[in-house]
Amino acid sequence: MNQPLSSKSWQYRELNRANPGLNHLSDALIALVEDGHPVIAGSADLQYSNGLARFAARYPDRFVQFGISEQHMVSAAAGLATTGMMPFVATFASFIGLLCVEQIRMDIAYCAQPVRLIGHHTGIALGFYGTSHHATEDIATMRGIADLTVVSPADGAQLAAAIKASASHDRPIYFRISRGRDPVVYDTEPTFVFGKGIEHGQGTDLTIIACGLTVHAAIEASRRLAGEGFSVGVIDMPTIKPIDRDLILEAASRSKRLMTVEEHNVIGGLGGAVAEVLADEGVGVRLKRHGIYDEYSLIAPPTHLYAHYKLDPDGVTEVARGLLTA
Amino acid sequence: MSDPEPPRSNHHPSPEQIAFLRQKAQHIRLETIRLIEIAKVGHYTSVFSAAEIFAALYYDVMAIRAGEPKWPERDRFLMGKGHAAVGLFPVLADFGFISRETLDGYTRLGSPLGDHPDMRKVPGVDFSSGSIGHALSNGFGMALGGRKQGLDFNVFVMLGDGEMQEGQVWEAALSAAHHKMSSLIAIVDRNGFQLDGAVDDVIGIEPLDAKWRAFGWEVHVVDGHDLAALTALLRQLKADTARDRPACVIAKTVKGKGVSYMETEPGWHLGYLAPEDAERAIAEIKSREI
Repeated sequence: MNQPLSSKSWQYRELNRANPGLNHLSDALIALVEDGHPVIAGSADLQYSNGLARFAARYPDRFVQFGISEQHMVSAAAGLATTGMMPFVATFASFIGLLCVEQIRMDIAYCAQPVRLIGHHTGIALGFYGTSHHATEDIATMRGIADLTVVSPADGAQLAAAIKASASHDRPIYFRISRGRDPVVYDTEPTFVFGKGIEHGQGTDLTIIACGLTVHAAIEASRRLAGEGFSVGVIDMPTIKPIDRDLILEAASRSKRLMTVEEHNVIGGLGGAVAEVLADEGVGVRLKRHGIYDEYSLIAPPTHLYAHYKLDPDGVTEVARGLLTA
Repeated sequence: MSDPEPPRSNHHPSPEQIAFLRQKAQHIRLETIRLIEIAKVGHYTSVFSAAEIFAALYYDVMAIRAGEPKWPERDRFLMGKGHAAVGLFPVLADFGFISRETLDGYTRLGSPLGDHPDMRKVPGVDFSSGSIGHALSNGFGMALGGRKQGLDFNVFVMLGDGEMQEGQVWEAALSAAHHKMSSLIAIVDRNGFQLDGAVDDVIGIEPLDAKWRAFGWEVHVVDGHDLAALTALLRQLKADTARDRPACVIAKTVKGKGVSYMETEPGWHLGYLAPEDAERAIAEIKSREI
């Protein structure tokens, strides 16, 4: 049985090692170490999924393998932070953002430990792995925890920028990231400021406010709709908490309609955060919250799911057009 | 795997030291009654089982500097059974980490001192607790941080025996053994009772020593009220630089130790003593030598 395997066969570890989209996290952490920051990274048996294997190979003494014990990892990260280290701990968003909520609340957020939590493969990125591996509630859970900053970068370049910017952010942070295969929004690392959204054009008919992987789709939708004669702006809102209230209110005063797009339940996520700002300020603009409509995702490959749930460029364009022509 | 014998020689405290520690344990019990009178409810018996553990750690074994709660090289103390914090607060006041006035404001509006220890509010509390099961993980992280930065401190984590029912404890136990975290020392206050009844009736945890041993820890069983044996053991564990694994001390204790009617009544996990009953308890604590 020593017959050589076909070149079309592949193993998960090797496939992921060869995916440059997974390098952003490790490379940003390596840059922080080189700048003298006391970074220590941990993973719960998923170093090939989040790409931290690259960091571990470079700095083995700064990597902790926690095994399949996510709650322990989160609590231990809090202990590490008390000694002056800067822990980044990563696992699937479905585990860190749901299984570990209480440890995050008690040991990290309430105890004010500047741990960086990284939930990856967020939303429906894990496709046919099923609901146990989907995270369409993690913004809601993390956003509800006081003193926790919530960040959902649009792509790898913005993730790297946000990770580097976190070195001067002394509060705990939840980074909600995808799977290293997100479409590129930023060709080079953009400036990252916690709490600030980034405009991609302004529009009087509609402003689409998006986060994470859906930012690319929103920008593409705005281009297509411009071709149809609509004036559509986009806000990339990487910091969901604290949210950029000023930018939301500016958009609400400029545009006749707002639409949020997220790879998350429409309850409690980015759409909820935007709705809260509008309600607080008494702004009566029409708001469409687009995302997963309070249901569990179907089984399918990720690209099929993004199409099915209208979170890809075609889908976002269709939903936005519906809002513009209603 | 055989257990190393607990030391019988140079780690033994002197009779004078034992008398000093006994007085501190008595002080902890008396202060617990006084503070719970302010709150009108509290965990008397959870402190009483652990009073000798508090005394041995803080007044003998641990490296701490009075008035310097953030000294980086101090030994750390965490309590998984955070509900016994009312017994820790008088100790922190004794070390000058909190003022006497703060202590006397226990549980009053805006006080930093509540039923559970809060590191954000109370200098000298090395980590907050209240949600049972986190502390050994927190302590593991501290020990790891110390190792990574070349700081030579020990981390002592006091765990309740009911806490053994929490899954995360065993995640931490696996992890600490895997990482050979010899600076981490767990102390299980094996007083036998939790809120709903006897631990062995609620969800049994025996054979506890075999469990910890199977998880890769060095295990010692000691009478948690025998200050000589307990102190000697903890001193030896702190001094033992050859140990290649974390250590677990199963301290056999009596819930409510020191007050006879509490020792025989498991319902006292949480309660209140009216002043006349508190007087009787105080008299007994003062007259009994533990």
